[in-house]
Amino acid sequence: MLLEVDGVAKTYATGDGPVAVLRAASLALDAGQSLALTGESGSGKSTLLHLVAGLDRPDAGRIRVAGREVGSLDDAGRARLRRETVGLIFQQFNLIPALDVAANLAFQARIAGRHDRGWCDALAGRLGLGPLLRRWPEELSGGQQQRVAIGRALAARPRLILADEPTGSLDEATGEAVLDLLLGLVSETGTALLMVTHSLRLAGRLGGRVHLAGGRLQPC
Amino acid sequence: MLRAGLAALAGHWRRHPLQLAMALAGLALATALWTGVQAINVEARSSYARAAALLAQDRLARLVPLVGARLDEADFVALRRAGWLVAPVIEGWMPAGAARLRLVGIDPLTAPPGALALPAGEAGGLAGFITPPGRFLADAATAPAAAAHLPGPVAAAEGVAPGVVVGDVGIVQGLLDAEGQLSRLLLWPEQPAGLPAWQAVAPGLRLETPAAAGDLARLTDSFHLNLTAFGLFAYVVGLFIVHAAVGLAFEQRRATFRTLRALGMPVATLVALSLAELLAMALAAGLAGVALGYLLAGALLPDVAATLRGLYGAAVAGGLALRAEWWAAGLAMAVAGTLVAAAAGLVRLARLPVLSAARPRAWARASARLIGGQAAAGAGLLALALGAGALPGLPAAFAAVAALLLGAALVLPGVLAAALAAVAPTARGPVAGWFLADTRLQLPGLSLALMALMLALAANIGVGTMVSSFRLAFTAWLDQRLVSELYVTARDDAEAAEVREWLAPQVDAVLPIWSVEGPLAGLPGEIYGVADHATYRDHWPLIAAMQGAWDRVAAGRAVMASEQLARRAGLAPGDALVLPGGVRVEVAGVYADYGNPVGQVLLAADRLAELYPQVERRRWAVRVAPAKAAELAAGLAERFGLEEGAVVDRAAVKALSLGLFERTFAVTAALNVLTLGVAGVALLASLVTLAGMRLPQLAPVWALGLTRARLARLELARALMLAALVFAAALPLGLALAWLLLARVNVEAFGWRLPMHLFPADWGVLLAMALAAAGLAAAGPARRLARLRPAELLGVFANER
Repeated sequence: MLLEVDGVAKTYATGDGPVAVLRAASLALDAGQSLALTGESGSGKSTLLHLVAGLDRPDAGRIRVAGREVGSLDDAGRARLRRETVGLIFQQFNLIPALDVAANLAFQARIAGRHDRGWCDALAGRLGLGPLLRRWPEELSGGQQQRVAIGRALAARPRLILADEPTGSLDEATGEAVLDLLLGLVSETGTALLMVTHSLRLAGRLGGRVHLAGGRLQPC
Repeated sequence: MLRAGLAALAGHWRRHPLQLAMALAGLALATALWTGVQAINVEARSSYARAAALLAQDRLARLVPLVGARLDEADFVALRRAGWLVAPVIEGWMPAGAARLRLVGIDPLTAPPGALALPAGEAGGLAGFITPPGRFLADAATAPAAAAHLPGPVAAAEGVAPGVVVGDVGIVQGLLDAEGQLSRLLLWPEQPAGLPAWQAVAPGLRLETPAAAGDLARLTDSFHLNLTAFGLFAYVVGLFIVHAAVGLAFEQRRATFRTLRALGMPVATLVALSLAELLAMALAAGLAGVALGYLLAGALLPDVAATLRGLYGAAVAGGLALRAEWWAAGLAMAVAGTLVAAAAGLVRLARLPVLSAARPRAWARASARLIGGQAAAGAGLLALALGAGALPGLPAAFAAVAALLLGAALVLPGVLAAALAAVAPTARGPVAGWFLADTRLQLPGLSLALMALMLALAANIGVGTMVSSFRLAFTAWLDQRLVSELYVTARDDAEAAEVREWLAPQVDAVLPIWSVEGPLAGLPGEIYGVADHATYRDHWPLIAAMQGAWDRVAAGRAVMASEQLARRAGLAPGDALVLPGGVRVEVAGVYADYGNPVGQVLLAADRLAELYPQVERRRWAVRVAPAKAAELAAGLAERFGLEEGAVVDRAAVKALSLGLFERTFAVTAALNVLTLGVAGVALLASLVTLAGMRLPQLAPVWALGLTRARLARLELARALMLAALVFAAALPLGLALAWLLLARVNVEAFGWRLPMHLFPADWGVLLAMALAAAGLAAAGPARRLARLRPAELLGVFANER
């Protein structure tokens, strides 16, 4: 199994006392599979994604990515996991403003030591970014920025893509187009995809769906 | 609405206390350095004014000896008998333990009306003053110390300059061992009609107008201008901090401004509220700044007083009085500085469209667009500096310094951006590429702090090079000038003759050190007598000379002129010079005479004695085998019972001179360090304020696989790299500044030009200091980044940042 989440719990301290966002959440995802993660706002979807990516640590439970126990990795180990195994796509794109589109696209692949110029060019072509490669992130529309973010995530040939509402900031038509591209590329590369979304319609286009409520994951 | 608006605006500072602290610290430091320097200047000028106003000398003409420092009391008697209303004054130094007292003797019976009001006291006004042992007046700080060395009581009196004691002329003559001698005669403004010409009654005197007499303030103007320039410089550096902090706060609150506008707050109200907020900050920081400035001035004033005494013989009180005008001026500067620093932000606020989107990076991008314009303006100022540097006059020299510093500061961001762009293609690996590209993106936010750092470093290099060059030249000059092994001062001319006779058979040479004071080329001057001896021919530091210059001097036809005199009077070898009394001589050469505010000439000693028979002949320079010097000094002291200090060896004179030199530049060194400190704070302020805005740029890089520790190391490396680049820019700027100070400002202000030396070891130390300052400034934000909770970085990825 590429991804195993087993009994994961996470509690946040707030001004009103501790809030348990995740309670014994579990899921599994294999290579080439795609899974939608739905739930209400504040249900803990993004938190789960961050825990899987090693951006944060669970209070309890186990997370294994590509055979590695994420909880047992130190800061450098988790950074390496993100560089080499995981591709992250954010709702707010989070491109690096200091780099142009071409450099953003290649950045993660290069720091992972897996830069393949031909693959990057192919991705740029598939994502319609060819004419934009010398532009700066702030000069792009939301849809264009999200296409760059998808390209960046895929350029390193990750085994697992974690996408946090990748179309949440886009209008419906642009969102559909971006999702088409993402699903097409995931399917071509055999990458696993775990995607957070509010939209049941978009969730329906993925291979499976789990719903997060009360801190627990329920298969739909 | 106002209260709600203020609460909304103030909330920003509550959430960003460090940013508030930086803005306040910047403003307080700027105000402190400015008011501190102004306090020193005001205190010193007040001392000069009191000295000049003593006996109304600042508005009365006086008769002074044509040559020398003393006139005969008989001249006073003759003038009074002829009907002239003149008042005698005797002035001189009296030893008082380790220090000296400046005694001024006056005659209250003939003093001009209103010239000096004698305070009534127990000892009784006039009678107590003029009847031995007399009664003396001094300022409150001087009186207690003076009392131990004077025969009569010393009363504290306002209007007497610090370090000065006023007494009756007859009593002071006795104390100065100058019976029958006077320093000058004050002329009453109204004189009876039909008097014979004073020149006919006292032909050995000359008239000095009040303007020529009260020249202490003018002499010291350049020194105070230097201090003011330093103060202004530090003030501007401090305002950089305020501008950076307030500018960022405006940008960070753009969304708040927009929301308040959308909720119905008029733009005028919003601007007024921001203005009120700024004024409150300015007043708080201004009060702290003035208090700090007072402490700073108090700490520096003793050194300033020593400098002024050493350079100009000006007595300045070592203590500081708390004056209401400083508080007012300091607060006004703080408010004005805040408004200037925040003006751009206020204008942007006034023009902010209601629907303007929040753009946290808009400020940085706008600043980036400004880089090109700034560089062009800077280049214009640098060209102006070149032009001003070629013009004569002190104002032009200072204008060149100002244009050079400001121009270079404006050009700096463009130069750094170009340098980073140039090395970007050579970057190896994605992280290095991102690092360089990201550094370029940070430049607008850091540019003000980097400008401040460069200016402080350049000032350190420039002033350091000037002082060290001066020290080298001064030491070499002392080594050349102080060739005699011993210097002897006898009590009077008769004893001096005996000393000479006793010494002559035991030593290689006994050389006279005789001098008289008198006007040279219309300026105050000194005429020294020298013997025809190898001591002068082989060692005297000549800058320019005619063929056989020393032969001409030895023949009594020519003089050597000091550099100051030559520059001020436009003299060159071969020119003619009229000595006091009308004797015309040739200028045979020009010699360096550092540290002397008045012009000087060297004349053959015999000719000096012939022209000015009243010259004191009490001092000798003795040439003897160095091994015999100590034994000879002991023998002299024993044989003639000379007091301590009457026989000094070369090392002692040199140590004394160098000690005076070091104290002279102690203030400069202190201000240098303070300015570097302010620049360090400016860098810290910028890095701390930017650190909060950096998260959106750093979080994605972290998420993509760089650890927080590595990012922190990169942030630290960025600060160090920028500091090194800034140092590289500051080095040529500092050397250009040093050249201007040595070749233009010194020549105009003091009359001497110094050779410029380079001190690479000092640069190494300064580079280390710059790196340390940048490292310290970046260490806090970097440490915070390394320890940042993932939740804070994750917050960047939330929908609402």
